[in-house]
Amino acid sequence: MIAIPTNPALLREILIAFIRNEVRKTGLTRVVVGLSGGVDSTLSAMLAAQALGRENVLALLMPYKSSHPDSQAHAEMILRMTGIESLFVDISPQIDAYFDRFPDADARRRGNKMARERMTILYDHSARWNGLVLGTSNKTELLLGYGTVYGDMASAINPLGDLYKTQVWALAEAIGVPDVIVRKEPSADLWVGQTDEGELGFSYREVDQLLYLMVDHRYTKPELINAGFPEPFVDDVAQRIMNSQFKRRLPVIAKVSQRTIDRDFRYSRDWGK
Amino acid sequence: MSIRIAIAQINPKLGDLTANLALYEENIRQAIDKTADFLLFPELSLTGYFLRDTVPSVALTLKSAEIKKLKQLSRKLPFVAGLVEESADHRFFNSAIYFEDGEVRHVHRKVYLPTYGMFDEQRYFARGDRIRAFDCKFGRLALLICEDLWHPSTIYLAALDGALAVLCPSASPLRGIVDNQVQDDTARYWEMINRAYAETYSLFMIYGNRCGFEDGVGFWGGSEIVDPFGQRLAKAGYYEEQFLLAEVPLESVRRKRTMSPLLRDEDLDLTINELMRIRERPATSTVVRAFRGAKLREVKKPLSKPRKL
Repeated sequence: MIAIPTNPALLREILIAFIRNEVRKTGLTRVVVGLSGGVDSTLSAMLAAQALGRENVLALLMPYKSSHPDSQAHAEMILRMTGIESLFVDISPQIDAYFDRFPDADARRRGNKMARERMTILYDHSARWNGLVLGTSNKTELLLGYGTVYGDMASAINPLGDLYKTQVWALAEAIGVPDVIVRKEPSADLWVGQTDEGELGFSYREVDQLLYLMVDHRYTKPELINAGFPEPFVDDVAQRIMNSQFKRRLPVIAKVSQRTIDRDFRYSRDWGK
Repeated sequence: MSIRIAIAQINPKLGDLTANLALYEENIRQAIDKTADFLLFPELSLTGYFLRDTVPSVALTLKSAEIKKLKQLSRKLPFVAGLVEESADHRFFNSAIYFEDGEVRHVHRKVYLPTYGMFDEQRYFARGDRIRAFDCKFGRLALLICEDLWHPSTIYLAALDGALAVLCPSASPLRGIVDNQVQDDTARYWEMINRAYAETYSLFMIYGNRCGFEDGVGFWGGSEIVDPFGQRLAKAGYYEEQFLLAEVPLESVRRKRTMSPLLRDEDLDLTINELMRIRERPATSTVVRAFRGAKLREVKKPLSKPRKL
Protein backbone atom coordinates (compact mmCIF):
# COMPACT_ATOMS: atom_id res chain seq x y z
CA MET A 1 0.00 0.00 0.00
CA ILE A 2 1.23 3.50 -0.80
CA ALA A 3 1.87 5.20 2.52
CA ILE A 4 0.99 8.85 3.02
CA PRO A 5 4.15 10.88 2.49
CA THR A 6 4.95 13.44 5.16
CA ASN A 7 8.18 15.20 4.15
CA PRO A 8 7.86 17.95 6.79
CA ALA A 9 10.86 19.96 5.58
CA LEU A 10 9.37 20.37 2.11
CA LEU A 11 5.82 20.99 3.35
CA ARG A 12 7.07 23.65 5.73
CA GLU A 13 8.98 25.43 2.97
CA ILE A 14 5.98 25.39 0.62
CA LEU A 15 3.43 26.45 3.23
CA ILE A 16 5.55 29.33 4.48
CA ALA A 17 5.98 30.55 0.90
CA PHE A 18 2.23 30.15 0.42
CA ILE A 19 1.30 32.22 3.48
CA ARG A 20 3.81 34.96 2.72
CA ASN A 21 2.77 35.18 -0.91
CA GLU A 22 -0.99 34.98 -0.56
CA VAL A 23 -1.08 37.44 2.34
CA ARG A 24 1.26 40.04 0.90
CA LYS A 25 -0.30 40.09 -2.55
CA THR A 26 -3.50 41.42 -0.97
CA GLY A 27 -1.51 44.40 0.29
CA LEU A 28 -1.70 43.19 3.89
CA THR A 29 1.02 41.85 6.16
CA ARG A 30 -0.99 40.20 8.92
CA VAL A 31 -3.24 37.27 9.73
CA VAL A 32 -5.85 36.58 12.39
CA VAL A 33 -6.30 32.99 13.57
CA GLY A 34 -8.57 31.28 16.06
CA LEU A 35 -6.31 29.39 18.42
CA SER A 36 -8.09 26.49 20.13
CA GLY A 37 -5.09 24.75 21.63
CA GLY A 38 -5.49 21.87 19.18
CA VAL A 39 -2.87 20.71 16.74
CA ASP A 40 -4.41 22.22 13.59
CA SER A 41 -4.76 25.81 14.78
CA THR A 42 -1.40 25.60 16.56
CA LEU A 43 0.31 24.48 13.38
CA SER A 44 -1.41 27.17 11.29
CA ALA A 45 -0.46 29.89 13.76
CA MET A 46 3.15 28.74 14.06
CA LEU A 47 3.60 28.51 10.28
CA ALA A 48 2.15 32.02 9.98
CA ALA A 49 4.53 33.32 12.65
CA GLN A 50 7.46 31.83 10.77
CA ALA A 51 6.20 33.23 7.47
CA LEU A 52 5.19 36.72 8.57
CA GLY A 53 6.89 37.33 11.91
CA ARG A 54 5.25 36.85 15.29
CA GLU A 55 4.14 40.51 15.49
CA ASN A 56 1.98 39.91 12.39
CA VAL A 57 -0.07 37.05 13.81
CA LEU A 58 -3.04 37.70 16.07
CA ALA A 59 -4.37 34.63 17.87
CA LEU A 60 -7.91 34.82 19.20
CA LEU A 61 -8.72 32.56 22.13
CA MET A 62 -12.49 32.14 22.16
CA PRO A 63 -13.52 29.58 24.77
CA TYR A 64 -17.06 28.74 25.83
CA LYS A 65 -17.65 28.00 29.49
CA SER A 66 -17.85 24.25 28.84
CA SER A 67 -14.63 24.15 26.80
CA HIS A 68 -12.04 21.76 28.17
CA PRO A 69 -9.63 23.61 30.48
CA ASP A 70 -6.69 21.97 28.65
CA SER A 71 -7.69 23.75 25.45
CA GLN A 72 -7.03 27.17 26.92
CA ALA A 73 -3.95 26.02 28.80
CA HIS A 74 -2.47 24.63 25.60
CA ALA A 75 -3.32 27.78 23.62
CA GLU A 76 -1.62 29.89 26.30
CA MET A 77 1.41 27.62 26.14
CA ILE A 78 1.66 28.38 22.41
CA LEU A 79 1.31 32.11 23.06
CA ARG A 80 4.21 32.01 25.51
CA MET A 81 6.25 29.86 23.18
CA THR A 82 5.78 31.92 20.02
CA GLY A 83 5.25 35.42 21.33
CA ILE A 84 2.45 36.06 18.83
CA GLU A 85 -0.18 38.71 19.53
CA SER A 86 -3.32 37.52 21.29
CA LEU A 87 -6.77 38.46 22.42
CA PHE A 88 -9.13 36.62 24.73
CA VAL A 89 -12.86 36.66 23.94
CA ASP A 90 -15.13 34.50 26.10
CA ILE A 91 -18.07 33.61 23.85
CA SER A 92 -20.26 32.30 26.70
CA PRO A 93 -22.39 35.46 27.18
CA GLN A 94 -23.37 35.80 23.53
CA ILE A 95 -24.01 32.07 23.10
CA ASP A 96 -26.06 31.87 26.28
CA ALA A 97 -28.04 35.00 25.44
CA TYR A 98 -29.06 33.44 22.16
CA PHE A 99 -29.95 29.99 23.47
CA ASP A 100 -31.94 31.48 26.34
CA ARG A 101 -34.47 32.12 23.59
CA PHE A 102 -34.13 28.61 22.11
CA PRO A 103 -33.45 26.47 25.15
CA ASP A 104 -34.34 23.16 23.50
CA ALA A 105 -31.46 23.39 20.99
CA ASP A 106 -29.44 20.19 20.87
CA ALA A 107 -25.65 19.83 21.12
CA ARG A 108 -25.18 19.96 17.35
CA ARG A 109 -27.00 23.27 17.00
CA ARG A 110 -25.14 24.70 19.94
CA GLY A 111 -21.81 23.49 18.60
CA ASN A 112 -22.43 24.94 15.14
CA LYS A 113 -23.53 28.22 16.67
CA MET A 114 -20.31 28.43 18.64
CA ALA A 115 -18.24 27.74 15.54
CA ARG A 116 -20.10 30.46 13.62
CA GLU A 117 -19.90 32.91 16.51
CA ARG A 118 -16.14 32.44 16.52
CA MET A 119 -16.10 33.05 12.77
CA THR A 120 -17.88 36.41 13.15
CA ILE A 121 -15.41 37.44 15.83
CA LEU A 122 -12.45 36.46 13.64
CA TYR A 123 -13.81 38.47 10.72
CA ASP A 124 -14.47 41.46 12.97
CA HIS A 125 -10.88 41.43 14.17
CA SER A 126 -9.73 40.83 10.60
CA ALA A 127 -11.23 44.23 9.77
CA ARG A 128 -10.01 45.88 12.98
CA TRP A 129 -6.45 44.61 12.72
CA ASN A 130 -6.05 44.47 8.93
CA GLY A 131 -5.27 40.78 8.91
CA LEU A 132 -6.55 37.98 6.72
CA VAL A 133 -8.41 35.19 8.49
CA LEU A 134 -6.14 32.16 8.48
CA GLY A 135 -7.87 28.81 8.07
CA THR A 136 -7.11 25.71 10.11
CA SER A 137 -9.25 22.99 8.49
CA ASN A 138 -7.26 20.01 7.23
CA LYS A 139 -7.98 17.86 4.18
CA THR A 140 -9.42 14.99 6.21
CA GLU A 141 -12.06 17.20 7.83
CA LEU A 142 -12.83 19.00 4.60
CA LEU A 143 -13.34 15.76 2.68
CA LEU A 144 -15.46 14.16 5.39
CA GLY A 145 -17.43 17.35 5.90
CA TYR A 146 -16.46 17.24 9.55
CA GLY A 147 -16.70 20.97 10.16
CA THR A 148 -19.25 23.75 10.38
CA VAL A 149 -19.99 25.44 7.08
CA TYR A 150 -19.51 29.22 7.52
CA GLY A 151 -18.04 28.40 10.91
CA ASP A 152 -14.61 26.87 11.36
CA MET A 153 -14.57 26.13 7.61
CA ALA A 154 -14.56 29.86 6.82
CA SER A 155 -11.26 31.61 6.14
CA ALA A 156 -9.45 33.76 3.60
CA ILE A 157 -6.46 31.48 3.13
CA ASN A 158 -5.87 28.01 4.47
CA PRO A 159 -2.40 26.49 4.58
CA LEU A 160 -3.62 23.11 5.88
CA GLY A 161 -6.51 22.35 3.51
CA ASP A 162 -4.46 19.93 1.39
CA LEU A 163 -2.84 18.13 4.33
CA TYR A 164 -4.32 15.00 5.85
CA LYS A 165 -4.44 14.85 9.64
CA THR A 166 -1.58 12.35 9.51
CA GLN A 167 0.51 14.95 7.68
CA VAL A 168 -0.57 17.69 10.10
CA TRP A 169 0.71 15.59 12.99
CA ALA A 170 4.04 14.92 11.29
CA LEU A 171 4.58 18.55 10.34
CA ALA A 172 3.48 19.79 13.77
CA GLU A 173 5.96 17.50 15.43
CA ALA A 174 8.73 18.58 13.07
CA ILE A 175 8.26 22.30 13.61
CA GLY A 176 8.21 21.91 17.38
CA VAL A 177 4.57 21.90 18.44
CA PRO A 178 4.68 20.57 22.00
CA ASP A 179 4.13 16.84 22.34
CA VAL A 180 1.18 17.26 24.64
CA ILE A 181 -0.68 19.06 21.83
CA VAL A 182 0.38 16.71 19.03
CA ARG A 183 -0.50 13.59 20.99
CA LYS A 184 -3.77 14.61 22.59
CA GLU A 185 -7.01 13.19 21.32
CA PRO A 186 -8.43 15.42 18.55
CA SER A 187 -11.62 17.17 19.57
CA ALA A 188 -13.79 19.99 18.25
CA ASP A 189 -14.47 20.61 21.98
CA LEU A 190 -17.99 21.79 21.23
CA TRP A 191 -19.46 19.76 24.08
CA VAL A 192 -18.07 17.91 27.04
CA GLY A 193 -16.49 14.58 26.15
CA GLN A 194 -16.67 15.11 22.37
CA THR A 195 -13.84 13.54 20.38
CA ASP A 196 -13.43 13.52 16.60
CA GLU A 197 -12.64 9.85 16.32
CA GLY A 198 -15.45 8.88 18.72
CA GLU A 199 -17.94 10.86 16.69
CA LEU A 200 -16.69 9.74 13.29
CA GLY A 201 -16.45 6.09 14.30
CA PHE A 202 -12.95 5.49 12.93
CA SER A 203 -9.45 6.74 13.54
CA TYR A 204 -7.81 9.49 11.53
CA ARG A 205 -4.87 7.28 10.63
CA GLU A 206 -7.19 4.64 9.16
CA VAL A 207 -9.36 7.05 7.24
CA ASP A 208 -6.37 9.09 6.02
CA GLN A 209 -4.87 6.03 4.41
CA LEU A 210 -8.19 5.26 2.75
CA LEU A 211 -8.74 8.85 1.60
CA TYR A 212 -5.20 9.09 0.29
CA LEU A 213 -5.70 6.11 -1.99
CA MET A 214 -9.28 7.02 -2.91
CA VAL A 215 -8.78 10.73 -3.57
CA ASP A 216 -5.11 11.28 -4.36
CA HIS A 217 -4.50 8.01 -6.20
CA ARG A 218 -8.01 7.50 -7.58
CA TYR A 219 -8.32 3.91 -6.38
CA THR A 220 -11.66 2.36 -7.37
CA LYS A 221 -13.86 0.61 -4.83
CA PRO A 222 -12.69 -2.92 -5.80
CA GLU A 223 -9.09 -1.73 -5.58
CA LEU A 224 -9.69 -0.30 -2.10
CA ILE A 225 -11.31 -3.51 -0.90
CA ASN A 226 -8.44 -5.42 -2.43
CA ALA A 227 -6.05 -3.19 -0.49
CA GLY A 228 -7.68 -4.42 2.70
CA PHE A 229 -10.33 -1.83 3.57
CA PRO A 230 -13.68 -3.29 4.68
CA GLU A 231 -16.45 -2.54 2.20
CA PRO A 232 -18.76 -0.80 4.72
CA PHE A 233 -15.90 1.51 5.70
CA VAL A 234 -15.23 2.39 2.04
CA ASP A 235 -18.94 3.02 1.45
CA ASP A 236 -19.31 5.12 4.58
CA VAL A 237 -16.39 7.36 3.66
CA ALA A 238 -17.46 7.68 0.01
CA GLN A 239 -20.94 8.65 1.19
CA ARG A 240 -19.58 11.26 3.59
CA ILE A 241 -17.55 12.87 0.83
CA MET A 242 -20.52 13.04 -1.50
CA ASN A 243 -22.96 14.26 1.14
CA SER A 244 -20.68 17.07 2.27
CA GLN A 245 -19.84 18.36 -1.22
CA PHE A 246 -22.13 21.36 -0.59
CA LYS A 247 -19.85 22.51 2.21
CA ARG A 248 -16.93 22.81 -0.16
CA ARG A 249 -18.74 24.89 -2.78
CA LEU A 250 -20.26 28.34 -3.10
CA PRO A 251 -24.05 28.54 -2.71
CA VAL A 252 -25.99 27.33 -5.74
CA ILE A 253 -26.97 30.20 -8.05
CA ALA A 254 -29.96 30.02 -10.39
CA LYS A 255 -28.58 30.67 -13.86
CA VAL A 256 -30.65 33.09 -15.92
CA SER A 257 -28.05 35.27 -17.70
CA GLN A 258 -25.35 34.54 -20.26
CA ARG A 259 -22.64 34.88 -17.67
CA THR A 260 -23.23 33.52 -14.22
CA ILE A 261 -20.77 33.84 -11.37
CA ASP A 262 -18.43 30.86 -11.21
CA ARG A 263 -20.21 29.09 -14.08
CA ASP A 264 -19.24 31.14 -17.13
CA PHE A 265 -17.93 34.19 -15.30
CA ARG A 266 -14.61 32.65 -14.38
CA TYR A 267 -11.84 34.55 -12.69
CA SER A 268 -9.21 33.51 -10.24
CA ARG A 269 -9.57 34.79 -6.74
CA ASP A 270 -6.13 36.38 -7.06
CA TRP A 271 -7.32 38.34 -10.11
CA GLY A 272 -5.23 41.53 -10.37
CA LYS A 273 -2.95 40.48 -7.50
CA MET B 1 30.65 31.01 -28.71
CA SER B 2 30.13 31.53 -25.02
CA ILE B 3 27.15 33.62 -23.99
CA ARG B 4 25.90 34.89 -20.68
CA ILE B 5 22.35 33.72 -20.24
CA ALA B 6 20.06 35.13 -17.57
CA ILE B 7 16.75 33.74 -16.38
CA ALA B 8 14.24 35.94 -14.55
CA GLN B 9 12.49 33.63 -12.09
CA ILE B 10 9.74 36.10 -11.29
CA ASN B 11 6.34 36.25 -9.65
CA PRO B 12 4.09 38.30 -11.95
CA LYS B 13 0.79 39.90 -10.99
CA LEU B 14 -2.20 38.00 -12.31
CA GLY B 15 -3.82 39.94 -15.14
CA ASP B 16 -1.86 43.17 -14.59
CA LEU B 17 0.05 44.01 -17.79
CA THR B 18 1.30 47.38 -16.55
CA ALA B 19 2.82 45.98 -13.38
CA ASN B 20 4.38 43.06 -15.23
CA LEU B 21 5.79 45.24 -17.98
CA ALA B 22 7.50 47.25 -15.25
CA LEU B 23 8.81 43.98 -13.79
CA TYR B 24 10.14 43.05 -17.22
CA GLU B 25 11.91 46.41 -17.54
CA GLU B 26 13.44 46.04 -14.11
CA ASN B 27 14.78 42.57 -14.97
CA ILE B 28 16.06 43.67 -18.35
CA ARG B 29 17.89 46.54 -16.66
CA GLN B 30 19.38 44.12 -14.16
CA ALA B 31 20.47 41.77 -16.95
CA ILE B 32 22.17 44.64 -18.74
CA ASP B 33 23.89 45.74 -15.53
CA LYS B 34 25.20 42.23 -15.06
CA THR B 35 26.38 42.13 -18.69
CA ALA B 36 24.10 39.28 -19.69
CA ASP B 37 23.75 38.59 -23.42
CA PHE B 38 20.26 37.19 -23.28
CA LEU B 39 17.35 36.99 -20.83
CA LEU B 40 14.61 34.36 -20.57
CA PHE B 41 11.26 35.17 -18.97
CA PRO B 42 8.85 32.39 -17.91
CA GLU B 43 5.64 31.30 -19.63
CA LEU B 44 2.83 33.89 -19.49
CA SER B 45 4.95 35.97 -17.15
CA LEU B 46 3.75 39.23 -18.73
CA THR B 47 0.20 38.31 -17.74
CA GLY B 48 0.15 35.68 -15.00
CA TYR B 49 -0.94 32.08 -15.52
CA PHE B 50 -4.46 31.26 -14.24
CA LEU B 51 -5.99 34.01 -16.38
CA ARG B 52 -9.28 32.26 -17.13
CA ASP B 53 -11.76 34.87 -18.43
CA THR B 54 -9.14 37.65 -18.42
CA VAL B 55 -7.39 36.07 -21.43
CA PRO B 56 -9.00 38.44 -23.98
CA SER B 57 -8.31 41.48 -21.76
CA VAL B 58 -4.57 40.87 -21.58
CA ALA B 59 -4.10 39.57 -25.14
CA LEU B 60 -1.65 41.51 -27.32
CA THR B 61 -1.51 41.68 -31.10
CA LEU B 62 1.95 41.99 -32.59
CA LYS B 63 1.06 45.60 -33.41
CA SER B 64 0.11 46.59 -29.87
CA ALA B 65 1.87 49.33 -27.91
CA GLU B 66 3.17 46.78 -25.42
CA ILE B 67 4.84 44.72 -28.15
CA LYS B 68 6.36 47.94 -29.55
CA LYS B 69 7.70 48.66 -26.10
CA LEU B 70 9.17 45.16 -25.83
CA LYS B 71 10.76 45.52 -29.27
CA GLN B 72 12.32 48.75 -28.14
CA LEU B 73 13.67 47.12 -24.97
CA SER B 74 15.25 44.39 -27.07
CA ARG B 75 17.55 46.91 -28.76
CA LYS B 76 19.75 46.67 -25.69
CA LEU B 77 19.27 43.01 -24.88
CA PRO B 78 17.63 40.08 -26.66
CA PHE B 79 15.02 38.30 -24.55
CA VAL B 80 12.09 35.90 -24.62
CA ALA B 81 8.74 37.12 -23.30
CA GLY B 82 5.79 34.95 -22.33
CA LEU B 83 2.38 36.43 -23.11
CA VAL B 84 -1.08 36.03 -24.63
CA GLU B 85 -0.88 36.69 -28.36
CA GLU B 86 -3.98 37.56 -30.33
CA SER B 87 -4.02 36.69 -34.03
CA ALA B 88 -5.72 38.79 -36.70
CA ASP B 89 -8.67 36.40 -36.65
CA HIS B 90 -8.97 36.82 -32.86
CA ARG B 91 -7.63 33.56 -31.66
CA PHE B 92 -5.66 33.72 -28.42
CA PHE B 93 -2.38 31.87 -28.12
CA ASN B 94 -0.14 31.06 -25.20
CA SER B 95 2.97 32.39 -26.94
CA ALA B 96 6.63 32.96 -26.30
CA ILE B 97 8.28 35.63 -28.39
CA TYR B 98 11.97 36.02 -29.08
CA PHE B 99 12.85 39.72 -29.34
CA GLU B 100 16.18 40.84 -30.75
CA ASP B 101 17.55 44.17 -32.05
CA GLY B 102 14.16 45.85 -31.88
CA GLU B 103 12.40 43.10 -33.82
CA VAL B 104 10.30 40.03 -33.26
CA ARG B 105 12.68 37.28 -34.36
CA HIS B 106 10.46 34.30 -33.61
CA VAL B 107 7.02 33.49 -32.21
CA HIS B 108 6.28 30.10 -30.74
CA ARG B 109 2.64 29.33 -30.04
CA LYS B 110 2.26 26.63 -27.41
CA VAL B 111 1.18 23.44 -29.14
CA TYR B 112 0.32 21.20 -26.22
CA LEU B 113 -2.21 22.97 -24.03
CA PRO B 114 -2.78 20.95 -20.86
CA THR B 115 -6.49 20.52 -20.18
CA TYR B 116 -6.78 18.01 -17.38
CA GLY B 117 -6.47 17.97 -13.61
CA MET B 118 -5.81 21.54 -12.52
CA PHE B 119 -5.28 22.80 -16.09
CA ASP B 120 -7.79 24.33 -18.45
CA GLU B 121 -5.68 25.84 -21.23
CA GLN B 122 -7.64 24.55 -24.19
CA ARG B 123 -10.72 26.24 -22.86
CA TYR B 124 -9.03 29.60 -23.27
CA PHE B 125 -6.28 29.22 -25.85
CA ALA B 126 -5.97 28.17 -29.47
CA ARG B 127 -3.42 25.53 -30.22
CA GLY B 128 -0.17 26.35 -32.01
CA ASP B 129 0.49 24.27 -35.13
CA ARG B 130 4.21 24.46 -35.74
CA ILE B 131 7.52 23.68 -34.16
CA ARG B 132 10.46 25.41 -35.80
CA ALA B 133 13.99 26.19 -34.79
CA PHE B 134 15.05 29.74 -35.67
CA ASP B 135 18.24 31.65 -36.25
CA CYS B 136 19.33 34.46 -33.99
CA LYS B 137 22.60 36.21 -33.24
CA PHE B 138 23.71 33.31 -31.02
CA GLY B 139 23.01 30.61 -33.57
CA ARG B 140 20.08 28.30 -34.12
CA LEU B 141 17.71 27.89 -31.16
CA ALA B 142 14.25 26.54 -30.47
CA LEU B 143 11.50 27.77 -28.19
CA LEU B 144 9.14 25.29 -26.55
CA ILE B 145 6.68 26.19 -23.81
CA CYS B 146 6.31 24.05 -20.69
CA GLU B 147 3.89 21.20 -21.53
CA ASP B 148 5.23 21.13 -25.11
CA LEU B 149 8.30 19.43 -23.65
CA TRP B 150 6.24 16.70 -22.02
CA HIS B 151 5.70 15.48 -25.58
CA PRO B 152 9.03 14.07 -26.75
CA SER B 153 8.11 14.72 -30.39
CA THR B 154 8.61 18.45 -29.81
CA ILE B 155 12.21 18.25 -28.70
CA TYR B 156 12.91 15.64 -31.36
CA LEU B 157 11.70 18.08 -34.01
CA ALA B 158 13.60 20.98 -32.45
CA ALA B 159 16.84 18.98 -32.37
CA LEU B 160 16.47 17.72 -35.93
CA ASP B 161 15.66 21.24 -37.05
CA GLY B 162 19.13 22.17 -35.85
CA ALA B 163 18.61 23.78 -32.45
CA LEU B 164 21.76 24.05 -30.33
CA ALA B 165 19.75 25.08 -27.32
CA VAL B 166 16.11 24.79 -26.34
CA LEU B 167 14.67 27.75 -24.51
CA CYS B 168 11.80 26.66 -22.34
CA PRO B 169 9.63 29.28 -20.63
CA SER B 170 7.53 27.49 -18.04
CA ALA B 171 4.77 28.07 -15.49
CA SER B 172 4.94 24.74 -13.78
CA PRO B 173 2.83 24.33 -10.63
CA LEU B 174 4.28 22.43 -7.69
CA ARG B 175 2.43 19.27 -6.74
CA GLY B 176 3.09 15.85 -5.30
CA ILE B 177 4.80 15.47 -1.95
CA VAL B 178 7.15 12.51 -1.76
CA ASP B 179 9.26 11.45 1.20
CA ASN B 180 13.01 12.03 1.17
CA GLN B 181 12.91 14.47 -1.71
CA VAL B 182 14.02 18.11 -1.48
CA GLN B 183 11.54 19.23 -4.14
CA ASP B 184 7.96 18.40 -5.11
CA ASP B 185 7.40 15.59 -7.56
CA THR B 186 6.78 17.78 -10.60
CA ALA B 187 10.09 19.54 -10.06
CA ARG B 188 11.79 16.16 -9.85
CA TYR B 189 10.24 15.08 -13.13
CA TRP B 190 11.28 18.27 -14.94
CA GLU B 191 14.84 18.00 -13.71
CA MET B 192 14.97 14.45 -14.97
CA ILE B 193 13.71 15.28 -18.47
CA ASN B 194 15.81 18.43 -18.78
CA ARG B 195 18.89 16.39 -18.14
CA ALA B 196 17.78 13.46 -20.29
CA TYR B 197 16.86 15.72 -23.22
CA ALA B 198 20.11 17.68 -22.97
CA GLU B 199 22.19 14.51 -23.08
CA THR B 200 20.05 12.62 -25.56
CA TYR B 201 19.83 15.43 -28.09
CA SER B 202 23.25 16.94 -27.33
CA LEU B 203 21.99 20.45 -26.76
CA PHE B 204 21.51 22.99 -23.99
CA MET B 205 18.29 23.07 -22.03
CA ILE B 206 17.55 26.59 -20.81
CA TYR B 207 14.59 26.17 -18.50
CA GLY B 208 12.96 29.26 -16.95
CA ASN B 209 10.15 28.59 -14.51
CA ARG B 210 8.19 31.16 -12.53
CA CYS B 211 7.52 31.24 -8.79
CA GLY B 212 4.81 32.68 -6.57
CA PHE B 213 1.25 31.54 -5.89
CA GLU B 214 -2.05 32.02 -7.70
CA ASP B 215 -5.14 30.93 -5.78
CA GLY B 216 -3.04 28.66 -3.59
CA VAL B 217 -1.23 27.03 -6.50
CA GLY B 218 2.51 27.56 -6.18
CA PHE B 219 4.99 27.56 -9.03
CA TRP B 220 8.16 25.76 -8.07
CA GLY B 221 10.82 27.97 -9.66
CA GLY B 222 14.01 25.92 -9.82
CA SER B 223 15.03 27.36 -13.21
CA GLU B 224 18.12 25.74 -14.63
CA ILE B 225 20.60 25.47 -17.45
CA VAL B 226 21.83 22.01 -18.40
CA ASP B 227 24.64 21.43 -20.88
CA PRO B 228 24.79 18.70 -23.57
CA PHE B 229 26.79 16.49 -21.20
CA GLY B 230 23.94 16.61 -18.69
CA GLN B 231 25.81 18.89 -16.33
CA ARG B 232 23.87 21.60 -14.57
CA LEU B 233 25.55 24.94 -15.21
CA ALA B 234 23.16 26.92 -13.03
CA LYS B 235 20.23 26.23 -10.77
CA ALA B 236 17.83 28.65 -9.12
CA GLY B 237 16.24 27.99 -5.74
CA TYR B 238 12.80 26.47 -5.42
CA TYR B 239 9.63 28.44 -4.64
CA GLU B 240 11.18 31.91 -4.56
CA GLU B 241 12.19 34.75 -6.82
CA GLN B 242 15.67 34.71 -8.25
CA PHE B 243 17.74 36.21 -11.01
CA LEU B 244 19.85 33.42 -12.46
CA LEU B 245 22.91 34.08 -14.58
CA ALA B 246 25.37 31.67 -16.15
CA GLU B 247 28.14 31.54 -18.71
CA VAL B 248 26.93 29.13 -21.39
CA PRO B 249 29.60 27.75 -23.75
CA LEU B 250 27.41 27.02 -26.77
CA GLU B 251 30.48 25.67 -28.60
CA SER B 252 30.51 22.62 -26.33
CA VAL B 253 27.64 21.24 -28.40
CA ARG B 254 30.27 20.53 -31.06
CA ARG B 255 32.41 18.57 -28.64
CA LYS B 256 29.49 16.53 -27.40
CA ARG B 257 28.27 15.79 -30.91
CA THR B 258 31.78 14.80 -31.94
CA MET B 259 32.02 12.37 -29.06
CA SER B 260 28.53 10.92 -29.48
CA PRO B 261 27.12 11.70 -32.91
CA LEU B 262 23.62 10.48 -32.11
CA LEU B 263 21.87 13.17 -34.08
CA ARG B 264 24.08 12.56 -37.11
CA ASP B 265 22.99 8.93 -37.05
CA GLU B 266 19.32 9.69 -36.57
CA ASP B 267 17.42 8.17 -39.48
CA LEU B 268 14.85 10.78 -40.35
CA ASP B 269 13.50 8.87 -43.35
CA LEU B 270 12.92 5.82 -41.24
CA THR B 271 11.07 7.88 -38.65
CA ILE B 272 8.93 9.60 -41.23
CA ASN B 273 8.13 6.35 -43.02
CA GLU B 274 7.18 4.61 -39.83
CA LEU B 275 5.07 7.56 -38.70
CA MET B 276 3.26 7.55 -42.03
CA ARG B 277 2.61 3.84 -41.64
CA ILE B 278 1.38 4.27 -38.06
CA ARG B 279 -0.82 7.12 -39.17
CA GLU B 280 -2.45 5.00 -41.88
CA ARG B 281 -2.69 1.84 -39.82
CA PRO B 282 -6.22 0.74 -38.87
CA ALA B 283 -6.84 1.93 -35.37
CA THR B 284 -6.19 -1.04 -33.16
CA SER B 285 -5.49 0.61 -29.86
CA THR B 286 -7.42 3.29 -28.06
CA VAL B 287 -4.37 5.53 -28.07
CA VAL B 288 -4.12 5.48 -31.85
CA ARG B 289 -7.86 5.99 -32.15
CA ALA B 290 -7.68 9.02 -29.90
CA PHE B 291 -4.94 10.52 -32.04
CA ARG B 292 -6.81 9.81 -35.23
CA GLY B 293 -9.90 11.45 -33.84
CA ALA B 294 -7.93 14.59 -33.03
CA LYS B 295 -7.69 15.91 -36.60
CA LEU B 296 -4.50 14.79 -38.25
CA ARG B 297 -4.17 17.42 -40.91
CA GLU B 298 -3.31 16.55 -44.49
CA VAL B 299 0.41 16.76 -44.96
CA LYS B 300 0.87 18.32 -48.38
CA LYS B 301 4.30 17.07 -49.39
CA PRO B 302 5.17 14.63 -46.70
CA LEU B 303 8.32 12.89 -47.75
CA SER B 304 10.03 14.86 -50.47
CA LYS B 305 13.16 16.31 -48.93
CA PRO B 306 14.18 15.29 -45.45
CA ARG B 307 16.54 17.84 -44.03
CA LYS B 308 20.09 16.55 -43.65
CA LEU B 309 21.87 17.48 -40.48
